[in-house]
Amino acid sequence: MSGRLSWSISLMLLPAVAFFVVFALGPMIAAVYISLLDWNGISTPHWVGFGNWAKAFTDSVTLHSIFLTVQVMVLSWIVQTPISLLLGVFLAGRQRYRALLGVFYFLPLLFSAVAIGLIWASSMLSANGALNSLLQAIGASSLTNDWLGNPNIALYAVIAVIAWQFIPFHTLLYQAGTRQIPQVLYEAARIDGAGTLQQFFYITLPQLKYTVVTSTILMLTGSLTYFDVIYVMTGGGPGYATRTLPLQMYITAFQDAQIGYGSAIAVILAVVGVLLSLIMIRLTGFGRMESQAEGL
Amino acid sequence: MAIGQSTTRREAAKPARLRRMLPNPIPLVLGLVWFVIAFYPVYYMFITSLRTQAGFLSGSLWLPPSNPTIENYLGVIQNGIGLYFLNSAFVTVISVVLIVAVSLLAAYAIARIRSRVVQFTFRVFLLGLAIPLQAAIIPIYVLIVHIGLYDTLYGLIPPQVAFGIPLTVLILVNFIRDIPNELYDSMVLDGSGHFRILRSLVFPLSRPALITVVIYNALQVWNNFLFPLILTQSSNVQTLPLALQQFQGQYGVNVPGLMAAVFLSVLPIIVLYVVARRQLLGGLTAGFGK
Repeated sequence: MSGRLSWSISLMLLPAVAFFVVFALGPMIAAVYISLLDWNGISTPHWVGFGNWAKAFTDSVTLHSIFLTVQVMVLSWIVQTPISLLLGVFLAGRQRYRALLGVFYFLPLLFSAVAIGLIWASSMLSANGALNSLLQAIGASSLTNDWLGNPNIALYAVIAVIAWQFIPFHTLLYQAGTRQIPQVLYEAARIDGAGTLQQFFYITLPQLKYTVVTSTILMLTGSLTYFDVIYVMTGGGPGYATRTLPLQMYITAFQDAQIGYGSAIAVILAVVGVLLSLIMIRLTGFGRMESQAEGL
Repeated sequence: MAIGQSTTRREAAKPARLRRMLPNPIPLVLGLVWFVIAFYPVYYMFITSLRTQAGFLSGSLWLPPSNPTIENYLGVIQNGIGLYFLNSAFVTVISVVLIVAVSLLAAYAIARIRSRVVQFTFRVFLLGLAIPLQAAIIPIYVLIVHIGLYDTLYGLIPPQVAFGIPLTVLILVNFIRDIPNELYDSMVLDGSGHFRILRSLVFPLSRPALITVVIYNALQVWNNFLFPLILTQSSNVQTLPLALQQFQGQYGVNVPGLMAAVFLSVLPIIVLYVVARRQLLGGLTAGFGK
């Protein structure tokens, strides 16, 4: 292709680059700069260098929210991975009834986080909601609880709702991954006399290695950004019980008007997110990223 | 891409078919348990929306109401949920059209030119996949205030477009690269310019990828909460998710009314899901390979 031709065609990149640089990449870089300022968003900003950063790693509220975020990350992975994996393998089977069940499994995936938060907070988990009402009906009144109002339980309730929201997504990944496993492996195993469980542990699981890696990294980076559902359900409370890092960022920047300090927290989120994503690229390679529409 | 299901695989599965006709009890039970967990809250939202408020405060809540009522729906509609629908639709349509248009142009350039600058640009876009929305939201807020778009529907569009571009470009580039070079060459020989090639070759051939990115971005924008929360203030420019969250405060203990509003907000997506399930699910996981 001639040089002039490629020059004219390069202009086609411009609109996308403009949007991306001005409203995504630029702001990301600006966040680093703002994190070095003491600023309430209105008055003249003051340069404080790494003051906000020092504060982020000594402020007990922020440290607590880092701790909560790690807790959400680890527990989300422990809860979501085995369930999504089993469901994905289950749905990869070709029988009718599995397809039929699958239709219902994926509904939560489509709802906005606000809709999900409201369904759970206002009706399923509220003091007079479905869960308590059900526990009473089966004679387990002692187990009823104010799920989101009890600081000892709220975080686990939130993690459960987040799992409900995201397990369908990871199930889709595992379903598609399972369908890409060559059937000959199973035939060979059957000829060798391997049972269902052996086939699962010696074929399915090892073959899903890359899917596990992708799903894990997406879960971990996702855990950094769970905001909407928690904000709608608990607003970070009761007390500080569910105030994870994104909520701490939002409350600091937009409710307490500490734009600079909020930016420092935002940059911490971004750095960890980018690091995790780089690991993903290393482990899986973008080359292999292709549409998963196959196998649905 | 369901065409990809090779016949050989199907043939090979035949001997095991008889044995597989009988459901294996353990997965079946687990499958049914998850069915209840996944679907019950959705069903519960629906039956609650049909209760009177008095009905919600008494009686067996996990069973459907004996006298269903649509008064909650009428109330929500009278309360002006229609406006929020229109706001959401406006932002979604414009954002998605912009995302797909600028990404298609960029993807075409990236797929067709091997120059260093272009490939570097592609890498920068890919880096964007890693930027969490929250990390950029404070400068975006400052920027939108400065250019005078704060508290307008227009202010919601550029950041949505910017964050939609990386994954959309990635998917489209992968797809356009698969179009055989001979097809381009023959069009160039016919004297077609780039826009003509885009219109009569790339556009029709990449339709599956375009459908995928339209669905993916439409869901992202329609469901987005953070941008409206931070970039708007007045109730007349609220989008659906933000309005719902505000309803929560207004409605207080009127849970059936709130559930009616939530149900109306997810209804278009449920209808779409029934009509185009495969495309919707494919769109959601697009770009995440194994």
